[in-house]
Amino acid sequence: MTLVLRGARPYGEEAVDIVIADGVIVELAGAGTAHGELVDADGLIALPGFVDLHTHLREPGREEAETVLTGSQAAALGGFTCVHAMANTSPVADTAGVVEQVWRLGQEAGLVEVRPVGAVTVGLAGERLAELGAMADSAAQVRVFSDDGKCVHDAVLMRRALEYVKAFDGVVAQHAQEPRLTEHAQMNESELSGRLGLAGWPAVAEEAIIARDVLLAQHVGSRLHVCHVSTAGSVEIVRWAKARGIDVTAEVTPHHLVLTEDLVASYDPVYKVNPPLRTAADVEALRAAVADGTIDAIATDHAPHPHEDKDCEWAAAAMGMLGLETAFGVALQTLVEPGLVTWRELAQRMSVAPARIGRVRTQGHDLVPGAIANIAIVDPTATYTVDPMRLASKSRNSPYAGRTLPGRIVHTIYAGTPTVLDGALA
Amino acid sequence: MKHLLSASDLTRDDALLILDTAAELATVTDRSVKKLPTLRGRTVVNLFFEDSTRTRISFEVAAKRLSADVINFAAKGSSVSKGESLKDTALTLEAMGADAVVIRHSASGAPHRLAHSDWIQGAVINAGDGTHEHPTQALLDAFTLRQHLRGGAGDLAGLRVAIVGDVLHSRVARSNVTLLRTLGAEVTLVAPPTLMPYGVDGWPCSTSFDIDDVLPSVDAVMMLRVQAERMQAAYFPSAHEYSRRYGIDAARMAVLPEHAIVLHPGPMNRGMEISADVADSPRAVMVEQVANGVSVRMSVLYLLLGGMPDEA
Repeated sequence: MTLVLRGARPYGEEAVDIVIADGVIVELAGAGTAHGELVDADGLIALPGFVDLHTHLREPGREEAETVLTGSQAAALGGFTCVHAMANTSPVADTAGVVEQVWRLGQEAGLVEVRPVGAVTVGLAGERLAELGAMADSAAQVRVFSDDGKCVHDAVLMRRALEYVKAFDGVVAQHAQEPRLTEHAQMNESELSGRLGLAGWPAVAEEAIIARDVLLAQHVGSRLHVCHVSTAGSVEIVRWAKARGIDVTAEVTPHHLVLTEDLVASYDPVYKVNPPLRTAADVEALRAAVADGTIDAIATDHAPHPHEDKDCEWAAAAMGMLGLETAFGVALQTLVEPGLVTWRELAQRMSVAPARIGRVRTQGHDLVPGAIANIAIVDPTATYTVDPMRLASKSRNSPYAGRTLPGRIVHTIYAGTPTVLDGALA
Repeated sequence: MKHLLSASDLTRDDALLILDTAAELATVTDRSVKKLPTLRGRTVVNLFFEDSTRTRISFEVAAKRLSADVINFAAKGSSVSKGESLKDTALTLEAMGADAVVIRHSASGAPHRLAHSDWIQGAVINAGDGTHEHPTQALLDAFTLRQHLRGGAGDLAGLRVAIVGDVLHSRVARSNVTLLRTLGAEVTLVAPPTLMPYGVDGWPCSTSFDIDDVLPSVDAVMMLRVQAERMQAAYFPSAHEYSRRYGIDAARMAVLPEHAIVLHPGPMNRGMEISADVADSPRAVMVEQVANGVSVRMSVLYLLLGGMPDEA
């Protein structure tokens, strides 16, 4: 059975027919020449399927917000072929049993490769290490460990985690948030937080942890991944660490590339997120860091919440926003359209680098013969207005409601099989 | 104007209209029958998610003097503590036909949410939200300042006011900085650096860490309530040290200009931010503030429900 993506332009370059058989790209043929089951991709851009390092699928435990199936659907519609499911479920993914359950649910959904992230500490409590080795050896083959939502703030525990995961080439993905500096914090600490009477979340609370962690990683010779970098100062620290040869990688969310703290003045909790929306200067620095490679990956931090957790006063609301289905549009608008990154660089940030960081050998392949056929076919000329009611996610907390975004995911191919055709689930 | 959420909702003209109307309505209080028929048949709900007997009673008296029906809804346990949500409470009040909702809430922005949701149609009056604003307190303070220092008419141009204490956590300070500035006064915030909000340099006021520098040149000093619990969070070392460095006592009162007055939004911590001899001195105007609070709240209810001319 041969699938032909007819007339697609890999990385925006010359149009070809991408010929796929047995889940693998077998040939890049001249446009309009190949035979097989044809999928029209005429003039559209082909990129390696996106890999998300940071997704909250909420199952088990918060199935009213999202399930592995609905999250997988949202991911496929967003051009993703792999997502990393964060560990802060209920029960927490801190044992081989839970990560295998999530992994199995991902297999059953069959729309993207679901890679469970294991908790660093038991119950995300920051007190003792979870059985990292058992999770690594399980069927889920966990390689990314994170207490996301909570920071591994104890320096000794962080050091031990960084050291321990070396045994199986794992990585600790740190949610950098000094807890004492952010008690009851509600938004970025700034002139605005003072005026709005919302407790401030200072940039230093993120930067101090990143600074400590890169030094720890250097000291013990481990690799470190920094989740959702949100400040200009964090970028400077990561840049400094990389220049010193420290094995650190970093991600940024789409929303931190486009939204700023002034939205909080509406007190609308759809803009409440951790880390908080920062200033325009931070947004500028983050975009530049993606462009120069200081930030390796774009990761959605897709965080579904049921309506009642956002339809309330700011302080009572949950933190987080949807991201899977809008990530490409935001990246296109903030990075590609202004000329900050090329299509090949975007493929690096949304597919190749996250696959490498997560040690996902089946993903992030260059679009050449022999590659596993994980492919996103996108139309950068299309625009659409975001309507949360039309998203596949079970939740509706998109901060882009009513905004116009460029770029449409036309087809998604996962391991050689279409999961999305012409913008709809196949 | 439909709601009163923040002192920044008010232009100079709006603020003067509220103060002038309050002055007229104050005369009702001097009559033997303390009641006007203005809001007969209208329903005002006092929705208090946080205890505040003084503010609630003040609004209740104000509404009753205007003949409105008053419902007190003490919603102890907001959605923060997993009680009934703000939304469901609001929908309930809407179903009961509230014309105005006076809301006190521990979450900054809760009145803003209420006013900008489609949960209720009536007017929303912020009676204090978290560490954000308390606009009617600022109005009653402005009214009191005007009465004492500007002959009860016009704005507060050139008036120098010091606001001293826990500015960081104070909704009273935030509303006063905005409103007093709108009325032309010059405000100086005085606090230990730990209790000064981040980014205060951008506020329309000056700041000082030294009360003794400021007192000789002000027309009024407003002392803020300081909760002793703040010292647990390391904002200051001890109640005693706070009191010594930032409290007002007889010696500090003596350096105030002759005509200067002392305000406090209440409830006072005698011996903490204010000593008993200052609190009980003739320059302290706390009792008048309470009386003026009723007049100002009558004025706000009257204008929001009876008709403040809509700026298109």
